[in-house]
Amino acid sequence: MEVPILKQGLYLIASIQSALTDADLSELREALIQRVGKFRARGVIVDVTALDVMDSFAVRTLRDIAHMARLRGAETVIVGIQPEVAFAMVQLGLTLKGVATALDLEEGLAFLDRHAQSRLAQGKGRVEHD
Amino acid sequence: MATRSKDRDTPPAGIAAPTPDTAALLRELVAHLRQNRTQLREEWARRITRAQLLTAMTEEEIFAEATSVYDNYVEALETGTFEALQAYARNLSERIIPRGVETHEVVGIVLLLRDVLARSLFGKYHEDFDKLNRILDAYEPAANRIANTVAVGFVQERERIIRQQQEAIRELSTPVLQVRERLLILPIIGVIDPQRARQLTEQLLRAIRTNRAKVVVIDITGVAAMDSNVANHLVQTVEASRLLGATVIVTGLSPEIAQTLVTIGVDLSEMATVGDLQGGIEEAERLLGYKVLPLEELTPKQ
Repeated sequence: MEVPILKQGLYLIASIQSALTDADLSELREALIQRVGKFRARGVIVDVTALDVMDSFAVRTLRDIAHMARLRGAETVIVGIQPEVAFAMVQLGLTLKGVATALDLEEGLAFLDRHAQSRLAQGKGRVEHD
Repeated sequence: MATRSKDRDTPPAGIAAPTPDTAALLRELVAHLRQNRTQLREEWARRITRAQLLTAMTEEEIFAEATSVYDNYVEALETGTFEALQAYARNLSERIIPRGVETHEVVGIVLLLRDVLARSLFGKYHEDFDKLNRILDAYEPAANRIANTVAVGFVQERERIIRQQQEAIRELSTPVLQVRERLLILPIIGVIDPQRARQLTEQLLRAIRTNRAKVVVIDITGVAAMDSNVANHLVQTVEASRLLGATVIVTGLSPEIAQTLVTIGVDLSEMATVGDLQGGIEEAERLLGYKVLPLEELTPKQ
């Protein structure tokens, strides 16, 4: 099952709608990393609200997406982890270290906006042409 | 547990269906105990006092309880049924547990009674060794079972009270409170066991979701002690909250807890800690972009 990737301004939004196989996850990773370059995206949001299970492969793939996207100039934020999923994850020791998380899509967008601003303030932003 | 102990303690001869011989001996025994009721009862009460058992009770109370235990004891010997004794043991435990009577005291007094009665039997039959033997054969299993019934009844009653109290503690659930838009506080008081820690975490995660919280202050001023298990639960709670996009600040680590954690080598460096609840809330407000100012500073100066 393919995950739709939407472009929203400077951000890409991947909204996972149902449980994914490992192959689906790898495909999502490749599609996202490719599109970060294609659309010159500055942020990636992966919405996992619909997932009620998160195994170690899924967690690793999400972490890989975040690290790879960062190498290509985009910050990643994972949004919508369910409370039960979060609890199960920490018990399994899967804590997504070094990856930003947010409550939902709205919060994720706000996080990316803040992040972009702080980068601009540090003089690391991209030059924008009007 | 009751069924198991019943199986184990049923003597080979079978108290429930005594042989005619045993029944006759028990009848004789009961008659003897009834006859010497006053004297044996007094002897028993004296020995209880001397052994410094039931110190939480006055001498009159001991004597009154001794009388009813004695009568129930003899009745159990006579009828061979233990239901009445069981009920009495439960009732007695209910009355004496709140007064601080310990298990060893209850077991002790029943064993004392057993001893007092056995000695009286020795006294009565010391000339007829064969008879004494047969009497003891009838008496010992029944007496053992009585002692067992009373002790088990007492322990069961104690366990029931403990269970009841545990439930009461569990129901004193820890509130998750919203103090400002998107800021929750979770004051933890008392002992954290794994079950409670789990419940706390689940409650907090749900509250983060429903209140759309960004910052959570967990105050552990009221937690007396912390071991590595509890510390790990705390770390897990912090990490799970982060997965939901909330930052956790832990406040109120007592000097003892700080020392324990460092000594046992729990790594809390990933955790934001602030000295007290006030500091924690101030830090949280800073993270949320609030600033609390006195009113004079807000009104323009004339």
